[in-house]
Amino acid sequence: MVNTKVTLSGWELDNPIIPASGTFGYGYEFAELYDINCLGTFSCKGTTVEPRFGNPTPRIAECPAGMINAVGLQNPGLDKVIAEEFPRLKEVYNKKIIANVSGFSIDEYVKCCAEMDKQDIVGIIEVNVSCPNGHGGGMSFGTDAASAAAVTRAVKAVTTKPVYIKLTPNVTDIVSIAKACEEAGADGISMINTMMGMRIDLRRQRPVIANKMGGFSGSAIMPVALRMVYQVFEAVNIPIIGMGGITTTEDVIEMMLAGATAVQIGAANLVDPFIAKKMVEELPTVMEKYRITSLSEIIGAAH
Amino acid sequence: MKQGFFEILSNKPLTADVYEMVLSGDTSAITAPGQFVNILLDGLYLRRPISVCDYDENTLTLVYKVVGKGTAKMSAMEAGTKLDILTGLGNGYDTAKSGTTPLLIGGGVGVPPLYHLAKVLLAEGKQPKVILGFNKAEEIFCKEQFEALGVPVYIATADGSVGVKGFVTDALKVCGDYTYFYTCGPEPMLKALYNATEADGQCSFEERMGCGFGACMGCSCKTKYGNKRICKDGPVLEKGEIIW
Repeated sequence: MVNTKVTLSGWELDNPIIPASGTFGYGYEFAELYDINCLGTFSCKGTTVEPRFGNPTPRIAECPAGMINAVGLQNPGLDKVIAEEFPRLKEVYNKKIIANVSGFSIDEYVKCCAEMDKQDIVGIIEVNVSCPNGHGGGMSFGTDAASAAAVTRAVKAVTTKPVYIKLTPNVTDIVSIAKACEEAGADGISMINTMMGMRIDLRRQRPVIANKMGGFSGSAIMPVALRMVYQVFEAVNIPIIGMGGITTTEDVIEMMLAGATAVQIGAANLVDPFIAKKMVEELPTVMEKYRITSLSEIIGAAH
Repeated sequence: MKQGFFEILSNKPLTADVYEMVLSGDTSAITAPGQFVNILLDGLYLRRPISVCDYDENTLTLVYKVVGKGTAKMSAMEAGTKLDILTGLGNGYDTAKSGTTPLLIGGGVGVPPLYHLAKVLLAEGKQPKVILGFNKAEEIFCKEQFEALGVPVYIATADGSVGVKGFVTDALKVCGDYTYFYTCGPEPMLKALYNATEADGQCSFEERMGCGFGACMGCSCKTKYGNKRICKDGPVLEKGEIIW
């Protein structure tokens, strides 16, 4: 018998498979397809204080081995998520979730995290610092170590649950940002968010996406994500949830060898809605193939 | 929604760039005319959403136009090829509101989903009639299939080579009375119809999709009843909720 259990900040997961924010809604859509309690957990759609429609369409462009999205954090807003989405989810799901939170100012992050902290269904708060700072000329909080640390400190001050900072890869030195978050009190790091990319429609000679640019994800970005997780693992002592292009169960093992304690599955969910369930089911067989008896023992084993 | 493997039984051109693909497989997840399927194609990352033209218990008919890499790949596929397909996607048309003589209006590649709709309406004892709009004679397809159902078919061509010269809205003036309308086609056509008719009806929309089953919010639109996802809450929207 192999052991697929992993532990994130004291929270033991049955397995490290976690659908990523923005590819799994608030869970119950997928609960119509299979029993989502088989997952380690999942990260809910990025939630902001106010409801957001997001960007105009088209929001999606295809790429070789991936896709670009510019959804723009569409969500019903904090109050509705707590009043409607979570109760609906609880009818079909009995584990805790990762609450993914976004904001356009530190106050917004604080307000959102403080409320999420009170929800019994929330196990970890995952703070997306890739959104542009409304007060900082539109620059993303996550592209600057001091801003990322400021967000971390502010949300840590109003929360009791573990706080994981979700880092953007669109930076020169992700290691310094991860370290700044750790020093500011982060309990863990989620990485990586999507990479900025774009496509141009040859017929219209204009960008495919209405927002011009968007976040590139899918199997094409896996080597970049893996490299960054490997680098950050060497620099910090807090757990890393690794993500970016994970498509197969072998990819899960590879990401854990680089240093991830658990993994998130993003774009792959959109291509195969059953992929996360298939990974959970395949994991023991793949572990046996590579003579792994306990998954928690391989975290960072490639170093 | 179901994920399943379908085997191509036939795949043939109907015009220079419109093809009909018939597949065998489990169609039990399809519950309404106007729904679509999402097809995984080798070498392409995202699935291709294609409307269902017709289906029965174990066959699925898709009529698609070659517009890009995915549909070009599909057009070259041979009988016997197996495809990973998600079925039963989208809401589809609601036939309960049709009244006795609904009008079905299709423009170009928007024509196919109306075929099974016509069959369902006939089976419900209603008398549908159909307007099909194309650019020119050579681009006409599915006309005979509709005629074989015994329903009145009005053709509009932009160049006047067949039927009424002009758009489907011009054919609207000659097709007589109707109780309700159902339509699918390019968005400018949907909008022109919306403005040209006083009848109530339903429009099927198109949008670039990520997943096709409601997870990614890639194809959201605003309606009078709040935000909707074209892939999950649509592709069919009621006239009364559309915001142009």
